[in-house]
Amino acid sequence: MAHVRVQAGDFDVGRELDVLTRGRRDVGALASFVGLVRDANDGHAIQGMTLEHYPGMTESALEDICAQAHARWDLIDTVVIHRVGPLVPGDRIVLVGVASAHRGEAFEACEFIMDYLKTRAPFWKKEDTPEGGRWVDARESDDAAAERWKG
Amino acid sequence: MVTLLFFASLRETVGLSREQVALPAGTPTVSSLVDALRSRGERWSEAFAPGKSWRVAVNQRMADLATPVRPGDEVAFFPPVTGG
Repeated sequence: MAHVRVQAGDFDVGRELDVLTRGRRDVGALASFVGLVRDANDGHAIQGMTLEHYPGMTESALEDICAQAHARWDLIDTVVIHRVGPLVPGDRIVLVGVASAHRGEAFEACEFIMDYLKTRAPFWKKEDTPEGGRWVDARESDDAAAERWKG
Repeated sequence: MVTLLFFASLRETVGLSREQVALPAGTPTVSSLVDALRSRGERWSEAFAPGKSWRVAVNQRMADLATPVRPGDEVAFFPPVTGG
């Protein structure tokens, strides 16, 4: 009901999304989000970044977020894949895919999973800039985005 | 004994990613553990300075200062998360 992976290597978006619909006739909507490494952040040029995580807790946090999405919306299947280790601008970082009967659930659940992932899953980005390494600060706007799903 | 883990900028500040420590006496909580860590010296008091933003997980579940810590637990300290 949820496919969660944390890996160093890249992923094939088409193939990962196919897993959610293959052999099924009840999926009417498939929403997805792909996050990529940008070449600039907060006015700093970004040459690359390294993603650190907490092995074990990361996977269970992602599974818990997917379980919350399944409890909240009528979903058929979900996938979350997040990369760790060194990445460069243009690289894919994260994929979220949600399959459901209708588009409303798929769109909302996809956004919910990303908002919760950004504020609850133990990943940390360290950017390589011309001035040296720089740990990315958590953003209040991400907290606000996650907060709006409460209540 | 408990296992302490440190991640990201917090790991760099304290200069350590993992260690085993004896629990403080009494009824140990995250709070008493952090008090003991702060008393270790400058890097530690800086990492856990009042007003500094950090998070804690006990046995891989998010916790807080009041969470009890028992022998064999895994206690992880880290900055607010920035994935995605």
